[in-house]
Amino acid sequence: MDSILSLTFLVGLIAATLRVATPLVFASIGEVLTERTGILNLGIEGIMFLGAFVGFTAAYQANEAGIAAYLWIGLASAILSGILMGMLMGFFSVTLGVNQHVSGLGITLLCTGLSLFGFRMVFGERAVLPSIDPFPQLTPFRGIPVLGDVSGQYLLTYVAFLVIVPLSWWLLFHTSFGLSLRSVGENPEAVDAAGLNVFRIRYLVLAMGGGLMAAGGVFLSLAQLGAFTPGIIAGRGWVCIALVIFARWHPVRAALGALLFGGVFALQLRLQTMGFKLPFEIFLALPYLVTIAALALASRHVSYPGAYLKPYRRE
Amino acid sequence: MLVERLPAPVWFRTLIPLASILVTFLLTSGFVMAVGANPFQAAYYFLLDPLANPVRLIEVLVKSTPLLLTGIAVAFAFAGGYWNIGVEGQLYMGATVATAIGLQMHAVPAWLALPLMIAGGFAGGMAWAALPALMKVRLKIDEVVTTLLLNYVAIFIVSAVLNGPWRDPVSQWPQSPEIAASAIFPRLIPRSRLHLGFILAIVIILIVWFVLSRTAFGMKMRAVGLNLDAARFSGIHVDRTMLIVALISGGIGGLAGAGEVAGIHFHLIDAISPGYGYTGIIIATLGALSPIGVSLAAVFIGLIDTGAQTVSRALGVPIYLGDVIQATLLLVTLAMLVLQGYRVCLRWQSAPTRE
Repeated sequence: MDSILSLTFLVGLIAATLRVATPLVFASIGEVLTERTGILNLGIEGIMFLGAFVGFTAAYQANEAGIAAYLWIGLASAILSGILMGMLMGFFSVTLGVNQHVSGLGITLLCTGLSLFGFRMVFGERAVLPSIDPFPQLTPFRGIPVLGDVSGQYLLTYVAFLVIVPLSWWLLFHTSFGLSLRSVGENPEAVDAAGLNVFRIRYLVLAMGGGLMAAGGVFLSLAQLGAFTPGIIAGRGWVCIALVIFARWHPVRAALGALLFGGVFALQLRLQTMGFKLPFEIFLALPYLVTIAALALASRHVSYPGAYLKPYRRE
Repeated sequence: MLVERLPAPVWFRTLIPLASILVTFLLTSGFVMAVGANPFQAAYYFLLDPLANPVRLIEVLVKSTPLLLTGIAVAFAFAGGYWNIGVEGQLYMGATVATAIGLQMHAVPAWLALPLMIAGGFAGGMAWAALPALMKVRLKIDEVVTTLLLNYVAIFIVSAVLNGPWRDPVSQWPQSPEIAASAIFPRLIPRSRLHLGFILAIVIILIVWFVLSRTAFGMKMRAVGLNLDAARFSGIHVDRTMLIVALISGGIGGLAGAGEVAGIHFHLIDAISPGYGYTGIIIATLGALSPIGVSLAAVFIGLIDTGAQTVSRALGVPIYLGDVIQATLLLVTLAMLVLQGYRVCLRWQSAPTRE
């Protein structure tokens, strides 16, 4: 118990927080962009799962074939699968304009089924879970006491926080494309009247969002685990849906929310091993409960995009 | 492009499910062929083989029992404009409370134990639905997220109970002790697994049908489901209506859990549901939220579920093919339903002008 305030504990906690938050940063920013155009993509959980599966399987096959860059092939395949699923969501929500709750959940169910089916088809029933050598951790400040440990992270973690967060913020609020993206979510009629293609913008952003969600999923299979398991996503996609509301559709606040969830998750993992006489499931449930509580606290300030859940049709 | 039209004729609407099944077959046969099996043979095992003899047919109804309940639970909530995606968690909580009661029923006769089991299952599901429902009406927090997240919490709670106080003292397996004999749902047909839960499901569906189509409350909740603002403007207590809908939906979900414990397993396990709550969403959509539609859809999905096991055994196709087919069927049906209200016109044709 005395170690809870020690420096090693704290450093380990911060490092783990960044690691746990990484997939959530990718996926929740993907969802932020998507929802900013007025489309709720509940396919997120399934797309993360599919990304984890496709990425792992492609990397595994490429590795068997002796390709040195197998991890990058896995990463690219995962992102491609996410883009395709984002576009499929576009077909339902943009082209057909059907109910987004049901079509999104349908995409999640489809991705989950396809991944489990594909995994069994490719690998059969094995006693030992197939695995690969995952992405290595970068150690830019090796040897420096605190900084060295905290900065020992995967490349994708750096990409998430140093590239995706600022880039999505810049894209949304400081480019003309970002302006049209947000306008599509608020008032698609006006965007259409201004001569822009509402359908094309929504499709494009759904594809980008899907790619980001899959990148979040593949981080787990290709960096953190080096394997694919049926419980690899375990509701992280739904947590992202909550984070987006908590963040009020702002990418930087979404990253902060991801850090909050990551912190609680990392903390419960450490508390589990510290010998509290509590069932470990209580700790596992903690991050989900904290997410719900955060949602309740943030609820006062939430205002949804104007065209949220509304399909657009040209008259 | 799509052009709106008048409501489709009746023959067209009945054609939609059949066309959806055909399109789903075409789309998924690629996966069957990918593992080197014959799609027609697979279709036979999925759709016809389970109907070939009475024993298997009854097993389809056994599989359909929890699906009838989760399907109608989801349909009831959706019809009232409440997006309850938490039926899975409500099922787990109903199962847990029913087990807790069943374990205490050793000295209680069946005529008392059975109603208590049913009431317990309903109460468990309802209690689990209460938090997101209250957050929805009081704080305006999107119920989709909260119900989804609570599904995971419910499963963790069941796991904690099974690894703690209820761990089987003999085998050390994470499963509860067996419930009392008086609390076990009676079998409807000797030497089959069809149990009281099936009758319960039919009764619930009849009640839901009655409430939706024959009562003032049903009219109010459908008004809320169709247009929230219009319902509020016409003086309906939207929040109260939604809260009641959410609680009843959760209760029905809980009954599905109680039925699995009292009718099939006789103890609580952490795999009490392979996603029946989520399948309920598929069923509610396929059944167009109507009680009759939901009944047919639940039996059809029960058929596919039974078939998936046979296909897996007979043709060596991974059992998850059943999940792929169900999800594809959901998406195809969603797309087909659009055809009901629109005509597809090729872009270079001039669209007929609407009145």
